[in-house]
Amino acid sequence: MIGLLSLTTFAPLLGVVAILAARALNGASGKTDTLAKWIALVTTLVTFGLSIVLVAQFDPKNPGFQFVEDIAWFAGLHYRMGVDGISVLFVLLTAFLLPICVVASWKSVEKRVVEYLIAFLVLETLVIGVFCALDLILFYLFFEGGLVPMFLIIGIWGGKRRVYAAYKFFLYTLLGSVLMLAAILAMIAIAHTSSIPALMTFKFAPWLQTWLWLAFFASFAVKMPMWPVHTWLPDAHVEAPTAGSVILAGILLKMGGYGFMRFSLPMFPNASELFQPLVFAMSVIAIVYTSLVAFRQTDIKKLIAYSSVAHMGFVTMGIFSGNATGEQGALFQMLSHGVISGALFLCVGVVYDRMHTREIAFYGGLTSRMPWYAATFMLFTMGNVGLPGTSGFVGEILTMTGAYKASTWTALVAASGVIFSAVYALTLYRRVMFGEITNPQLATITDLDTREILIFAPLIVSTLVLGIYPNFVFNLTASSVDALVGAWRAAVGG
Amino acid sequence: MQTLVTILVFAPIIAAAIAGLFGRRIGNVASQSVTTGALILACALSWYTFSQWTWGHMEAFTVQLLPFIHVGDFQANWSIRIDALSATMLIVVTTVSALVHIYSWGYMAEDDSKPRFFAYLSLFTFAMLSLVTAADFMQLFFGWEGVGLASYLLIGFWYKKPSASSAAIKAFVVNRVGDFGFALGIMTTFWAFGTIQFAEIFPQIAAHAGKTWQFAGHTFPLMDIACFLLFIGAMGKSAQFFLHTWLPDAMEGPTPVSALIHAATMVTAGVYMLCLLSPMFEYAPVAKNIVTVIGAVTALFAATVGLTQNDIKRVIAYSTCSQLGYMFFAAGVGAYQAAMFHLFTHAFFKALLFLGAGSVIHGMHHEQDMRKYGALAKLLPVTFIAMTIGTIAITGLGIPPLELGFAGFYSKDTIIEAAFAAGQHNPIGMFAWVIGVLVAGLTSFYSWRLAFFTFNGHARWGHYDHHAHGHDDHASHAQIETHDEPLPDDHHDDHGHGHDHKPHESPWVMLFPLVVLSIGAIAAGFVFVDYFVGHEQGEFWRGAIFNAPTNHVLHEAHGVAEWVKYSPLVATIIGLIAAWYVYILKEGLGAKLAARQGPLYVFFYNKWFFDELYQATFVRLAKFLGDLFWKGGDQKLIDGLGPDGVSAVSYEVGKRTGKLQTGYLYHYAFVMLLGVAGLLTFALYAFR
Repeated sequence: MIGLLSLTTFAPLLGVVAILAARALNGASGKTDTLAKWIALVTTLVTFGLSIVLVAQFDPKNPGFQFVEDIAWFAGLHYRMGVDGISVLFVLLTAFLLPICVVASWKSVEKRVVEYLIAFLVLETLVIGVFCALDLILFYLFFEGGLVPMFLIIGIWGGKRRVYAAYKFFLYTLLGSVLMLAAILAMIAIAHTSSIPALMTFKFAPWLQTWLWLAFFASFAVKMPMWPVHTWLPDAHVEAPTAGSVILAGILLKMGGYGFMRFSLPMFPNASELFQPLVFAMSVIAIVYTSLVAFRQTDIKKLIAYSSVAHMGFVTMGIFSGNATGEQGALFQMLSHGVISGALFLCVGVVYDRMHTREIAFYGGLTSRMPWYAATFMLFTMGNVGLPGTSGFVGEILTMTGAYKASTWTALVAASGVIFSAVYALTLYRRVMFGEITNPQLATITDLDTREILIFAPLIVSTLVLGIYPNFVFNLTASSVDALVGAWRAAVGG
Repeated sequence: MQTLVTILVFAPIIAAAIAGLFGRRIGNVASQSVTTGALILACALSWYTFSQWTWGHMEAFTVQLLPFIHVGDFQANWSIRIDALSATMLIVVTTVSALVHIYSWGYMAEDDSKPRFFAYLSLFTFAMLSLVTAADFMQLFFGWEGVGLASYLLIGFWYKKPSASSAAIKAFVVNRVGDFGFALGIMTTFWAFGTIQFAEIFPQIAAHAGKTWQFAGHTFPLMDIACFLLFIGAMGKSAQFFLHTWLPDAMEGPTPVSALIHAATMVTAGVYMLCLLSPMFEYAPVAKNIVTVIGAVTALFAATVGLTQNDIKRVIAYSTCSQLGYMFFAAGVGAYQAAMFHLFTHAFFKALLFLGAGSVIHGMHHEQDMRKYGALAKLLPVTFIAMTIGTIAITGLGIPPLELGFAGFYSKDTIIEAAFAAGQHNPIGMFAWVIGVLVAGLTSFYSWRLAFFTFNGHARWGHYDHHAHGHDDHASHAQIETHDEPLPDDHHDDHGHGHDHKPHESPWVMLFPLVVLSIGAIAAGFVFVDYFVGHEQGEFWRGAIFNAPTNHVLHEAHGVAEWVKYSPLVATIIGLIAAWYVYILKEGLGAKLAARQGPLYVFFYNKWFFDELYQATFVRLAKFLGDLFWKGGDQKLIDGLGPDGVSAVSYEVGKRTGKLQTGYLYHYAFVMLLGVAGLLTFALYAFR
């Protein structure tokens, strides 16, 4: 009997089968491509529907894992799946963004359409799997496996320097993976289990925690990415196709933050406390440093990529604040950033599809030709700036408040980030949108079409709903986060 | 009542959404009607609420709408708090906003994006209403940044003008500097009191009064550090010294916006916040002294700059900045009631002056340089009378023995007297009093200078080209001389004057708000003086403003010596006579004085060189560091030692393996496979 969780996770693979069948029947043709797009869209929508059912049936009062499936695999290995308040919303976020990615790629991808869609569907399965896996080995498979389709999406459908970007992405990730793999092996050897729930209560010796924490940190810090291992991200974003950037910023980065909350905090609490100052330092450096770098960028996508690094700084700061305010803020910031940064990359995609350049200097004055685009881009710019009323604000204020409790210096420096984010985001908006149109190539640029409005509508609604009524997220996450913080406090004796 | 105030708060945002989203479809008139109608409704409901509060003995209440953020003790809600402070702000905000909406029918008649303009105005009003009705810090912050957004959008309304969009960014960013402090203040309050609800914080304060607090490695008195951080937010929003630079540039926005946001309502939010948080500030003596000094310095600074400016809107902008300084030092010396009273009266006469200036600018075909005005009294009679009323009100002319005068007379004199009373115990109060009297004279000079320059003397329009006052350009490298508001096209034939460019009076839709505000500027003082600061004040405020048991400043202010009561009037009359001498009796003397380019004149004219200073320090530093981190840090250091260094080695290898993109995939897959194989082998051992 397949549980709801497995069904949600593997539903996209059914779409892959259907697409392959369609190609086998029709051969490679434009007709197949169109059909494949529709299959992919329906599949991702069905998956999204399943994830809504999952959230609806989720019991918010239960802090533990729900929808648990545990099947003995082979050689003592188990297929264990389950979600708690920390992971369930990431499943929803992933399933929410994928249909948008499919629609966003409808016209902009022209070569190897079938393979492209298959890569996205496989990616969806693997990413959802990451958030549902309750077994270390299963987690590792999903976690590392998810990079393959992403690597392909950048390497095949990317821009001019895609090889360099893919290679950089690969090198960084490799470093983290190897260390995490070693740590996983050590954990299994010591605890004699690969079950994540069991490991969460297993007490590793403090000295061992330190090493294991560092090994996991290497992997998750690259994924986040934290300063100074962030330099792969701007390149990867710049080269990735629009939908690839959406997934990369929207979901893949969250695997790092999720990892910290699933592994580092509960399994290595003492080490997490020990390294709290290090994480705080790296977080606030990320916030200030990358914001200033973002301010000087000349490529729209690179600017937004750097701003992502700054926003992830708030996340790591919140996760390691050690209180529920900061944790909830970090969790919320990840969800919100998934929506807003995804939307911002789609905003770049809109003008890129029309003009095939991301140079800021090329643009200017678009507001007069594209009023709806101007309003949309303004909303997400404000979300990026963290204006109250948009989802961007809630995570920022809560992570800062949480960090304030642990270290006022950290909160002080992080709070300066709200100034810098206004500087780079509004400067970008001004240079692209305001002024007169001086570039003759822009004289005939068109406003959003129906398809693009359909892409943005759900993102606009999410940004505002999460900004005005974030509480529905906290209702779902509260008991799991409280349990996490409670266990952490008990372990470190605070 | 709960339903009424809910309608009151939400009417503007619904109207804004309709005008903003469907403006093109439903047309200009429908968009303007729906927003203006919503505001007139909100205004009527506000006056009803206020009258119920003042004369109907209504109790304070809070409408709970929806939870906002509930995380542990961090409990924020969407709510509508009605008490004396919010009821006062409701009428200020909605009255000025409704009048500005009406006025804009005429002023913006030739603009081609009217629905957008009216949507922004209504959006602003909603944000301001949510600010003043907040029952906790989060909603306050929401409104706070919401009005900042609306201000940004409206300053940059004419987005095609580079100066407008850079002024918009400047306003937002400088406000963010304030909000940085504000946010830290909120966090401090939250962790100190375990709540962000005002109603839960205030009763705890007396018990927390003597506590200390660790912040950024130092130990401070808790209430002082919390209040100081919160005050930084107020400095940004209310354009106080150091964070004032955005306000004059904000004049890039259309004039109705300047009247609504940058004179009557938004910029007073900082004063409102201080009064609302009076229970906290009363236990923060050091923070209060800082507030007093910053307020007084702002009052002086802005007045000195206002003396020399030639752009009519900039003069009024600096005047606003200066009057806000008065409100701040009033709060700083503990006379919150007087601060609120001046906020209230100032809203009427400053909105009047701005809308009057707008009427002049409209009549002068969008010329804003006062040196090109003159002798407009007969051509713009209604505007002339209204502006004169506004000028009398702001300068605080009145007859002390009879206690009779225009609005500013009551509120400003109360502030100055309160500063003197506070000065009996605290030298900072005396400092504020000296500046307060001095600035009363300066206010009078620059306000009458504006009036005389515009309406009296010889006409300097109609033949601009010959009389271009080139001499002033020496001092003006730093600032843009005039700020002509652009129009979609340059012909103004629809005024019915043909091409003769003769100044003309504005249509009735613009004059009506001037008439209403003139009544306010005349009467707001003597009608409400008893309620705000007089005998009825305790009954009127009913606990909304807190005075510590030791704080009797308001009472003492009424008992100051006669000569103290006369001193601001004397200063005002000296200022009036000086302005009359320079701009009417010896017309042209002002230009001659300016042409001499004395060091003090240059210093004032260039706004104490603040923009240059900030440009040379903060802006340059940010650019420098951004480039350093990007090119030095990311590209040279991190990439050079990391991936690029490695890739330089393996690039050769990669080239030989043929197709690069798939080559790396194979590497990757190979490593993955190795890892999985290792895992499985290991697992087989481990689980045996």
